[in-house]
Amino acid sequence: MDLSQVIHHENKNKPKEEKHVFEVSNLNLWYGDDQALYDINMNIPENQVTAIIGPSGCGKSTFLKTLNRMVEMVPSVKTSGNIKYKGTNIFDPKLSVEDLRTHVGMVFQKPNPFPKSIYDNIAYGPRIHGIKKKRDLDEIVEKSLRGAAIWDEVKDRLDENAYGLSGGQQQRLCIARCLAIEPDVILMDEPTSALDPISTLKVEELVQELKENYSIIIVTHNMQQAARVSDKTAFFLNGELVEFSDTNVLFSNPEDQRTEDYITGRFG
Amino acid sequence: MTVREQFHNDLGELKRIIQELAEDTKKALSEAVEALYNKDVDKAQEIIDNDVKLDRKELNINEQAILLIAKQQPFAKDLRRLIIALKISSDLERMADYAVNIAKSTIRLGKDHPLDVHPKIRKMADVALDMVNLAIKAFEHEDISLAKKLAEMDDEVDHMYSSIIREMLEETATNPQMIQHIMQMAFGARYLERFADHITNIGENIFYLVKGETYDLNE
Repeated sequence: MDLSQVIHHENKNKPKEEKHVFEVSNLNLWYGDDQALYDINMNIPENQVTAIIGPSGCGKSTFLKTLNRMVEMVPSVKTSGNIKYKGTNIFDPKLSVEDLRTHVGMVFQKPNPFPKSIYDNIAYGPRIHGIKKKRDLDEIVEKSLRGAAIWDEVKDRLDENAYGLSGGQQQRLCIARCLAIEPDVILMDEPTSALDPISTLKVEELVQELKENYSIIIVTHNMQQAARVSDKTAFFLNGELVEFSDTNVLFSNPEDQRTEDYITGRFG
Repeated sequence: MTVREQFHNDLGELKRIIQELAEDTKKALSEAVEALYNKDVDKAQEIIDNDVKLDRKELNINEQAILLIAKQQPFAKDLRRLIIALKISSDLERMADYAVNIAKSTIRLGKDHPLDVHPKIRKMADVALDMVNLAIKAFEHEDISLAKKLAEMDDEVDHMYSSIIREMLEETATNPQMIQHIMQMAFGARYLERFADHITNIGENIFYLVKGETYDLNE
Protein backbone atom coordinates (compact mmCIF):
# COMPACT_ATOMS: atom_id res chain seq x y z
CA MET A 1 0.00 0.00 0.00
CA ASP A 2 1.35 3.42 -0.90
CA LEU A 3 0.83 5.54 2.15
CA SER A 4 1.35 8.90 0.44
CA GLN A 5 -1.55 8.21 -1.90
CA VAL A 6 -3.73 7.30 1.02
CA ILE A 7 -2.71 10.48 2.81
CA HIS A 8 -3.41 12.61 -0.23
CA HIS A 9 -6.83 11.03 -0.50
CA GLU A 10 -7.48 11.49 3.21
CA ASN A 11 -6.48 15.15 3.19
CA LYS A 12 -8.85 15.87 0.35
CA ASN A 13 -11.81 14.43 2.19
CA LYS A 14 -11.19 15.55 5.73
CA PRO A 15 -12.79 18.71 7.06
CA LYS A 16 -10.14 21.37 7.54
CA GLU A 17 -10.98 22.51 11.04
CA GLU A 18 -10.17 19.26 12.87
CA LYS A 19 -7.11 17.41 11.70
CA HIS A 20 -5.63 14.58 13.65
CA VAL A 21 -2.38 12.98 12.71
CA PHE A 22 -3.08 9.99 14.93
CA GLU A 23 -6.38 8.63 16.15
CA VAL A 24 -5.82 6.12 18.90
CA SER A 25 -8.76 4.06 20.08
CA ASN A 26 -8.95 1.43 22.83
CA LEU A 27 -5.24 0.74 22.65
CA ASN A 28 -3.99 -1.94 25.06
CA LEU A 29 -0.44 -3.23 25.12
CA TRP A 30 1.25 -6.10 26.94
CA TYR A 31 4.89 -7.05 27.41
CA GLY A 32 4.36 -10.80 27.80
CA ASP A 33 1.79 -11.05 30.58
CA ASP A 34 2.38 -7.55 31.94
CA GLN A 35 -0.04 -4.97 30.67
CA ALA A 36 1.68 -1.64 30.02
CA LEU A 37 -1.11 0.38 28.38
CA TYR A 38 -4.81 0.33 29.23
CA ASP A 39 -7.54 1.47 26.84
CA ILE A 40 -5.84 4.56 25.49
CA ASN A 41 -8.13 6.85 23.49
CA MET A 42 -6.49 9.93 22.12
CA ASN A 43 -6.59 12.12 19.02
CA ILE A 44 -3.24 13.74 18.35
CA PRO A 45 -3.54 17.03 16.45
CA GLU A 46 -1.66 17.75 13.27
CA ASN A 47 1.03 20.46 13.10
CA GLN A 48 1.07 20.93 16.82
CA VAL A 49 3.37 19.87 19.61
CA THR A 50 1.88 17.22 21.88
CA ALA A 51 3.75 16.54 25.10
CA ILE A 52 3.44 13.32 27.07
CA ILE A 53 4.29 13.47 30.75
CA GLY A 54 4.07 11.05 33.64
CA PRO A 55 6.26 9.26 36.18
CA SER A 56 8.80 6.61 35.19
CA GLY A 57 7.17 3.38 34.09
CA CYS A 58 3.79 4.98 33.33
CA GLY A 59 3.89 3.83 29.70
CA LYS A 60 4.65 7.13 27.99
CA SER A 61 7.69 5.88 26.04
CA THR A 62 5.90 2.64 25.23
CA PHE A 63 3.01 4.64 23.86
CA LEU A 64 5.36 6.82 21.78
CA LYS A 65 7.13 3.78 20.32
CA THR A 66 3.78 2.20 19.47
CA LEU A 67 3.02 5.10 17.13
CA ASN A 68 5.73 3.98 14.68
CA ARG A 69 5.53 0.33 15.77
CA MET A 70 9.07 0.43 17.10
CA VAL A 71 7.73 -1.15 20.27
CA GLU A 72 7.36 -4.39 18.29
CA MET A 73 11.14 -4.81 18.39
CA VAL A 74 10.49 -6.34 21.79
CA PRO A 75 9.35 -9.84 20.72
CA SER A 76 6.87 -10.42 23.54
CA VAL A 77 4.78 -7.33 22.73
CA LYS A 78 1.08 -7.80 22.03
CA THR A 79 -1.38 -5.03 21.24
CA SER A 80 -5.11 -4.66 20.81
CA GLY A 81 -7.14 -1.71 19.67
CA ASN A 82 -6.56 0.70 16.87
CA ILE A 83 -4.18 3.43 15.81
CA LYS A 84 -4.96 5.36 12.66
CA TYR A 85 -2.25 7.45 11.10
CA LYS A 86 -4.04 10.00 8.90
CA GLY A 87 -6.89 7.56 8.51
CA THR A 88 -4.80 4.45 7.83
CA ASN A 89 -4.65 1.63 10.36
CA ILE A 90 -0.97 1.29 11.25
CA PHE A 91 -1.44 -2.35 12.25
CA ASP A 92 -2.79 -3.21 8.78
CA PRO A 93 -0.71 -6.21 7.58
CA LYS A 94 -0.62 -4.69 4.09
CA LEU A 95 1.16 -1.61 5.39
CA SER A 96 4.94 -1.80 5.45
CA VAL A 97 6.51 -0.82 8.74
CA GLU A 98 9.41 0.84 6.89
CA ASP A 99 6.92 3.03 5.05
CA LEU A 100 5.28 4.00 8.34
CA ARG A 101 8.63 4.88 9.87
CA THR A 102 9.50 7.02 6.86
CA HIS A 103 6.48 9.11 7.68
CA VAL A 104 6.91 8.92 11.42
CA GLY A 105 10.51 9.67 12.36
CA MET A 106 12.02 9.39 15.79
CA VAL A 107 14.62 11.17 17.90
CA PHE A 108 15.93 9.43 20.98
CA GLN A 109 16.97 10.40 24.47
CA LYS A 110 20.69 10.04 23.86
CA PRO A 111 22.02 11.50 20.64
CA ASN A 112 22.92 8.51 18.46
CA PRO A 113 24.82 9.73 15.38
CA PHE A 114 26.41 7.11 13.15
CA PRO A 115 30.22 6.88 13.33
CA LYS A 116 30.37 8.66 10.00
CA SER A 117 30.89 12.16 8.70
CA ILE A 118 28.27 14.81 9.39
CA TYR A 119 27.35 14.72 5.69
CA ASP A 120 26.96 10.95 5.59
CA ASN A 121 24.83 10.91 8.72
CA ILE A 122 22.25 13.03 6.93
CA ALA A 123 22.64 11.41 3.50
CA TYR A 124 22.30 7.88 4.92
CA GLY A 125 18.49 7.70 4.87
CA PRO A 126 17.99 9.37 1.48
CA ARG A 127 20.65 7.03 -0.05
CA ILE A 128 18.72 4.02 1.26
CA HIS A 129 15.66 5.49 -0.40
CA GLY A 130 17.58 5.46 -3.69
CA ILE A 131 18.78 9.03 -3.99
CA LYS A 132 22.25 8.80 -5.52
CA LYS A 133 22.99 12.09 -7.28
CA LYS A 134 25.49 14.20 -5.38
CA ARG A 135 23.64 17.39 -6.25
CA ASP A 136 20.35 16.06 -4.85
CA LEU A 137 22.03 14.75 -1.72
CA ASP A 138 23.87 18.07 -1.21
CA GLU A 139 20.55 19.83 -1.35
CA ILE A 140 18.90 17.46 1.13
CA VAL A 141 21.85 17.69 3.54
CA GLU A 142 21.82 21.49 3.54
CA LYS A 143 18.03 21.70 3.83
CA SER A 144 17.92 19.21 6.69
CA LEU A 145 20.78 20.81 8.61
CA ARG A 146 19.19 24.23 8.14
CA GLY A 147 15.85 22.82 9.28
CA ALA A 148 17.48 21.55 12.45
CA ALA A 149 19.16 24.92 13.08
CA ILE A 150 22.68 23.53 12.95
CA TRP A 151 23.79 24.39 9.39
CA ASP A 152 25.78 27.47 10.34
CA GLU A 153 27.69 25.54 12.97
CA VAL A 154 28.72 22.65 10.72
CA LYS A 155 28.68 23.88 7.11
CA ASP A 156 32.49 24.21 7.00
CA ARG A 157 33.14 20.77 8.47
CA LEU A 158 30.65 18.45 6.80
CA ASP A 159 33.37 15.85 6.21
CA GLU A 160 34.35 15.64 9.85
CA ASN A 161 33.17 12.80 12.06
CA ALA A 162 29.86 13.50 13.81
CA TYR A 163 31.33 12.26 17.08
CA GLY A 164 33.39 15.47 17.19
CA LEU A 165 30.22 17.52 17.76
CA SER A 166 28.98 18.52 21.23
CA GLY A 167 26.03 16.61 22.74
CA GLY A 168 23.61 19.39 21.85
CA GLN A 169 24.92 19.56 18.27
CA GLN A 170 24.73 15.76 17.97
CA GLN A 171 21.08 15.86 19.02
CA ARG A 172 20.26 18.52 16.45
CA LEU A 173 22.19 16.45 13.90
CA CYS A 174 19.94 13.50 14.76
CA ILE A 175 16.91 15.73 14.26
CA ALA A 176 18.37 16.81 10.89
CA ARG A 177 18.89 13.12 10.02
CA CYS A 178 15.25 12.54 10.84
CA LEU A 179 14.18 15.51 8.65
CA ALA A 180 16.22 14.20 5.70
CA ILE A 181 13.68 11.44 5.03
CA GLU A 182 10.92 14.05 5.03
CA PRO A 183 8.63 12.64 7.69
CA ASP A 184 5.23 14.09 8.65
CA VAL A 185 5.59 13.30 12.31
CA ILE A 186 8.59 13.48 14.61
CA LEU A 187 8.47 11.43 17.77
CA MET A 188 10.88 12.65 20.43
CA ASP A 189 11.71 10.52 23.43
CA GLU A 190 13.16 12.82 26.08
CA PRO A 191 15.28 14.57 23.47
CA THR A 192 16.97 16.99 25.86
CA SER A 193 17.47 14.93 28.98
CA ALA A 194 21.16 14.48 28.20
CA LEU A 195 21.72 18.09 27.19
CA ASP A 196 22.88 21.21 29.03
CA PRO A 197 20.41 24.13 29.44
CA ILE A 198 21.67 26.11 26.42
CA SER A 199 21.47 23.10 24.10
CA THR A 200 18.08 22.27 25.59
CA LEU A 201 16.85 25.75 24.76
CA LYS A 202 18.09 25.40 21.18
CA VAL A 203 16.25 22.10 20.75
CA GLU A 204 13.12 23.63 22.28
CA GLU A 205 13.29 26.59 19.89
CA LEU A 206 13.76 24.13 17.07
CA VAL A 207 10.66 22.20 18.13
CA GLN A 208 8.68 25.45 17.93
CA GLU A 209 9.94 26.11 14.41
CA LEU A 210 9.41 22.54 13.24
CA LYS A 211 5.74 22.43 14.16
CA GLU A 212 5.03 24.68 11.18
CA ASN A 213 5.67 21.69 8.95
CA TYR A 214 5.58 18.66 11.21
CA SER A 215 3.45 17.15 13.93
CA ILE A 216 5.62 16.62 16.98
CA ILE A 217 5.01 14.29 19.87
CA ILE A 218 7.47 14.66 22.68
CA VAL A 219 7.91 12.55 25.80
CA THR A 220 9.55 14.55 28.54
CA HIS A 221 10.28 14.27 32.22
CA ASN A 222 10.77 17.99 32.37
CA MET A 223 7.38 19.50 33.08
CA GLN A 224 8.59 23.04 32.52
CA GLN A 225 9.68 21.91 29.08
CA ALA A 226 6.27 20.39 28.36
CA ALA A 227 4.66 23.64 29.52
CA ARG A 228 7.02 25.75 27.40
CA VAL A 229 6.96 23.93 24.09
CA SER A 230 3.71 22.03 23.73
CA ASP A 231 0.19 22.93 22.60
CA LYS A 232 -1.44 19.90 24.18
CA THR A 233 -0.28 17.71 27.03
CA ALA A 234 -1.18 14.15 27.94
CA PHE A 235 -0.66 12.86 31.47
CA PHE A 236 -0.08 9.11 31.75
CA LEU A 237 -0.20 7.17 35.01
CA ASN A 238 0.19 3.40 35.49
CA GLY A 239 -0.47 2.77 31.80
CA GLU A 240 -3.61 4.91 31.67
CA LEU A 241 -4.21 8.22 30.00
CA VAL A 242 -5.46 10.30 32.92
CA GLU A 243 -5.87 13.65 31.22
CA PHE A 244 -5.30 15.09 27.77
CA SER A 245 -5.91 18.82 27.54
CA ASP A 246 -4.59 22.08 26.21
CA THR A 247 -1.22 22.65 27.84
CA ASN A 248 -2.41 25.97 29.24
CA VAL A 249 -5.25 24.23 31.04
CA LEU A 250 -3.33 21.16 32.18
CA PHE A 251 -0.59 23.15 33.89
CA SER A 252 -2.73 25.90 35.38
CA ASN A 253 -5.97 24.23 36.30
CA PRO A 254 -6.03 20.50 35.57
CA GLU A 255 -9.33 18.64 35.72
CA ASP A 256 -8.12 15.47 37.39
CA GLN A 257 -6.82 15.52 40.97
CA ARG A 258 -4.11 12.98 40.01
CA THR A 259 -2.79 15.40 37.40
CA GLU A 260 -2.75 18.22 39.96
CA ASP A 261 -0.92 15.99 42.44
CA TYR A 262 1.67 14.97 39.87
CA ILE A 263 2.45 18.41 38.44
CA THR A 264 2.66 19.95 41.90
CA GLY A 265 5.14 17.27 42.94
CA ARG A 266 2.98 15.36 45.40
CA PHE A 267 4.04 12.05 43.88
CA GLY A 268 6.09 10.70 40.98
CA MET B 1 12.96 16.73 55.21
CA THR B 2 12.46 16.28 51.46
CA VAL B 3 12.73 19.20 49.07
CA ARG B 4 8.97 19.02 48.47
CA GLU B 5 8.16 18.96 52.19
CA GLN B 6 10.37 22.00 52.60
CA PHE B 7 8.42 23.73 49.81
CA HIS B 8 5.11 23.02 51.54
CA ASN B 9 6.50 24.25 54.83
CA ASP B 10 7.66 27.42 53.08
CA LEU B 11 4.15 27.89 51.62
CA GLY B 12 2.72 27.45 55.12
CA GLU B 13 5.12 30.00 56.52
CA LEU B 14 4.18 32.45 53.78
CA LYS B 15 0.52 31.97 54.63
CA ARG B 16 1.31 32.66 58.28
CA ILE B 17 3.08 35.97 57.48
CA ILE B 18 0.14 37.06 55.30
CA GLN B 19 -2.28 36.36 58.16
CA GLU B 20 0.00 38.33 60.47
CA LEU B 21 -0.01 41.28 58.03
CA ALA B 22 -3.83 41.04 57.89
CA GLU B 23 -4.02 41.21 61.70
CA ASP B 24 -1.64 44.21 61.72
CA THR B 25 -3.75 45.97 59.09
CA LYS B 26 -6.93 45.33 61.05
CA LYS B 27 -5.32 46.74 64.19
CA ALA B 28 -4.10 49.84 62.31
CA LEU B 29 -7.61 50.60 61.02
CA SER B 30 -9.29 49.95 64.36
CA GLU B 31 -6.85 52.24 66.19
CA ALA B 32 -7.04 54.91 63.47
CA VAL B 33 -10.84 55.11 63.80
CA GLU B 34 -10.62 55.22 67.60
CA ALA B 35 -8.03 58.02 67.37
CA LEU B 36 -10.36 59.92 65.00
CA TYR B 37 -13.23 59.75 67.49
CA ASN B 38 -11.00 60.55 70.48
CA LYS B 39 -9.16 63.40 68.66
CA ASP B 40 -6.00 61.54 69.73
CA VAL B 41 -3.29 63.02 67.51
CA ASP B 42 -0.48 61.24 69.40
CA LYS B 43 -2.04 57.85 68.71
CA ALA B 44 -2.57 58.92 65.09
CA GLN B 45 1.13 59.76 64.78
CA GLU B 46 2.00 56.37 66.27
CA ILE B 47 -0.08 54.61 63.58
CA ILE B 48 1.70 56.59 60.87
CA ASP B 49 5.13 55.74 62.32
CA ASN B 50 4.24 52.06 62.65
CA ASP B 51 3.23 51.72 59.00
CA VAL B 52 6.83 51.21 57.90
CA LYS B 53 6.80 47.83 59.67
CA LEU B 54 3.79 46.74 57.62
CA ASP B 55 5.47 47.91 54.42
CA ARG B 56 8.49 45.79 55.35
CA LYS B 57 6.27 42.76 55.90
CA GLU B 58 4.75 43.19 52.46
CA LEU B 59 8.23 43.35 50.90
CA ASN B 60 9.23 40.25 52.83
CA ILE B 61 6.17 38.37 51.50
CA ASN B 62 7.02 39.47 47.96
CA GLU B 63 10.63 38.37 48.29
CA GLN B 64 9.69 34.96 49.71
CA ALA B 65 7.04 34.37 47.03
CA ILE B 66 9.38 35.36 44.19
CA LEU B 67 12.13 33.16 45.59
CA LEU B 68 9.77 30.17 45.79
CA ILE B 69 8.53 30.75 42.23
CA ALA B 70 12.13 30.90 40.98
CA LYS B 71 13.38 27.91 42.96
CA GLN B 72 10.39 25.57 42.83
CA GLN B 73 8.85 26.51 39.47
CA PRO B 74 5.40 25.59 40.77
CA PHE B 75 2.36 24.66 38.73
CA ALA B 76 -1.41 24.78 39.20
CA LYS B 77 -2.62 25.46 42.76
CA ASP B 78 0.89 25.87 44.14
CA LEU B 79 1.54 28.57 41.56
CA ARG B 80 -1.80 30.24 42.31
CA ARG B 81 -0.96 30.22 46.02
CA LEU B 82 2.17 32.25 45.32
CA ILE B 83 0.46 34.61 42.87
CA ILE B 84 -2.27 35.42 45.39
CA ALA B 85 0.34 35.85 48.14
CA LEU B 86 1.74 38.71 46.05
CA LYS B 87 -1.68 40.18 45.34
CA ILE B 88 -3.18 39.84 48.81
CA SER B 89 -0.12 41.33 50.49
CA SER B 90 -0.32 44.26 48.08
CA ASP B 91 -4.01 44.79 48.98
CA LEU B 92 -3.22 44.59 52.70
CA GLU B 93 -0.42 47.11 52.36
CA ARG B 94 -2.76 49.50 50.54
CA MET B 95 -5.43 48.96 53.22
CA ALA B 96 -2.92 49.85 55.92
CA ASP B 97 -2.20 53.04 53.95
CA TYR B 98 -5.89 53.98 54.23
CA ALA B 99 -5.60 53.57 58.01
CA VAL B 100 -2.62 55.92 57.83
CA ASN B 101 -4.67 58.38 55.78
CA ILE B 102 -7.38 58.38 58.44
CA ALA B 103 -4.67 59.03 61.05
CA LYS B 104 -3.43 61.96 58.96
CA SER B 105 -6.95 63.38 58.85
CA THR B 106 -7.08 63.11 62.65
CA ILE B 107 -3.88 65.14 62.86
CA ARG B 108 -5.18 67.74 60.39
CA LEU B 109 -8.43 68.08 62.35
CA GLY B 110 -6.34 68.64 65.52
CA LYS B 111 -7.19 68.17 69.18
CA ASP B 112 -9.68 70.99 69.49
CA HIS B 113 -12.01 70.82 66.50
CA PRO B 114 -15.70 71.29 67.37
CA LEU B 115 -17.14 68.65 65.02
CA ASP B 116 -18.56 65.35 66.17
CA VAL B 117 -17.44 62.42 64.09
CA HIS B 118 -20.40 61.00 62.19
CA PRO B 119 -21.60 57.84 64.00
CA LYS B 120 -21.91 55.99 60.70
CA ILE B 121 -18.12 56.18 60.26
CA ARG B 122 -17.74 53.85 63.22
CA LYS B 123 -20.40 51.59 61.76
CA MET B 124 -18.53 51.52 58.45
CA ALA B 125 -15.34 50.69 60.29
CA ASP B 126 -17.05 47.89 62.22
CA VAL B 127 -18.31 46.28 59.03
CA ALA B 128 -14.90 46.71 57.40
CA LEU B 129 -13.19 45.04 60.38
CA ASP B 130 -15.71 42.18 60.25
CA MET B 131 -14.85 41.85 56.58
CA VAL B 132 -11.14 41.53 57.41
CA ASN B 133 -11.93 38.80 59.95
CA LEU B 134 -14.04 36.98 57.40
CA ALA B 135 -11.33 37.34 54.72
CA ILE B 136 -8.73 35.94 57.12
CA LYS B 137 -10.98 32.97 57.81
CA ALA B 138 -11.75 32.44 54.12
CA PHE B 139 -8.02 32.58 53.35
CA GLU B 140 -7.18 30.20 56.19
CA HIS B 141 -9.75 27.57 55.12
CA GLU B 142 -9.78 28.38 51.40
CA ASP B 143 -13.54 28.84 51.70
CA ILE B 144 -15.17 30.56 48.73
CA SER B 145 -18.61 30.78 50.34
CA LEU B 146 -17.10 33.14 52.92
CA ALA B 147 -15.27 34.99 50.15
CA LYS B 148 -18.60 35.58 48.37
CA LYS B 149 -20.15 36.98 51.53
CA LEU B 150 -17.57 39.77 51.44
CA ALA B 151 -19.33 41.21 48.40
CA GLU B 152 -22.59 41.64 50.33
CA MET B 153 -20.79 43.31 53.21
CA ASP B 154 -19.01 45.63 50.81
CA ASP B 155 -22.41 46.74 49.46
CA GLU B 156 -23.39 47.66 53.01
CA VAL B 157 -20.25 49.77 53.38
CA ASP B 158 -20.94 51.46 50.05
CA HIS B 159 -24.48 52.40 51.11
CA MET B 160 -23.28 53.89 54.38
CA TYR B 161 -20.63 55.82 52.47
CA SER B 162 -23.20 57.36 50.08
CA SER B 163 -25.47 58.41 52.91
CA ILE B 164 -22.56 59.94 54.91
CA ILE B 165 -21.41 61.90 51.88
CA ARG B 166 -24.95 63.18 51.24
CA GLU B 167 -25.30 64.34 54.83
CA MET B 168 -21.92 66.02 54.85
CA LEU B 169 -22.69 67.81 51.63
CA GLU B 170 -25.79 69.26 53.28
CA GLU B 171 -23.72 70.24 56.30
CA THR B 172 -21.28 72.23 54.16
CA ALA B 173 -24.26 74.35 53.11
CA THR B 174 -25.48 74.99 56.66
CA ASN B 175 -22.03 75.19 58.20
CA PRO B 176 -19.74 76.70 55.51
CA GLN B 177 -17.08 77.94 57.95
CA MET B 178 -16.37 74.30 58.89
CA ILE B 179 -15.85 73.14 55.33
CA GLN B 180 -12.20 72.15 55.88
CA HIS B 181 -13.15 69.95 58.82
CA ILE B 182 -16.16 68.42 57.08
CA MET B 183 -13.92 67.58 54.12
CA GLN B 184 -11.52 65.68 56.39
CA MET B 185 -14.45 63.68 57.78
CA ALA B 186 -15.66 62.94 54.25
CA PHE B 187 -12.15 61.80 53.36
CA GLY B 188 -12.26 59.45 56.36
CA ALA B 189 -15.45 57.87 55.02
CA ARG B 190 -13.90 57.65 51.57
CA TYR B 191 -10.80 55.85 52.98
CA LEU B 192 -13.01 53.31 54.71
CA GLU B 193 -14.96 52.68 51.53
CA ARG B 194 -11.73 52.07 49.62
CA PHE B 195 -10.41 49.89 52.46
CA ALA B 196 -13.46 47.62 52.10
CA ASP B 197 -13.01 47.43 48.30
CA HIS B 198 -9.55 45.98 48.81
CA ILE B 199 -11.00 43.28 51.07
CA THR B 200 -13.27 42.19 48.24
CA ASN B 201 -10.12 41.91 46.09
CA ILE B 202 -8.79 39.47 48.69
CA GLY B 203 -12.04 37.51 48.36
CA GLU B 204 -11.55 37.40 44.58
CA ASN B 205 -8.03 36.09 45.08
CA ILE B 206 -9.29 33.30 47.34
CA PHE B 207 -11.82 32.43 44.66
CA TYR B 208 -9.01 32.31 42.09
CA LEU B 209 -6.90 30.11 44.37
CA VAL B 210 -9.66 27.55 44.80
CA LYS B 211 -11.27 27.59 41.35
CA GLY B 212 -8.46 28.72 39.10
CA GLU B 213 -10.81 31.29 37.57
CA THR B 214 -11.24 34.98 38.09
CA TYR B 215 -14.42 36.26 39.67
CA ASP B 216 -15.53 39.87 40.10
CA LEU B 217 -17.01 40.37 43.55
CA ASN B 218 -17.59 44.05 42.88
CA GLU B 219 -20.04 43.39 40.06
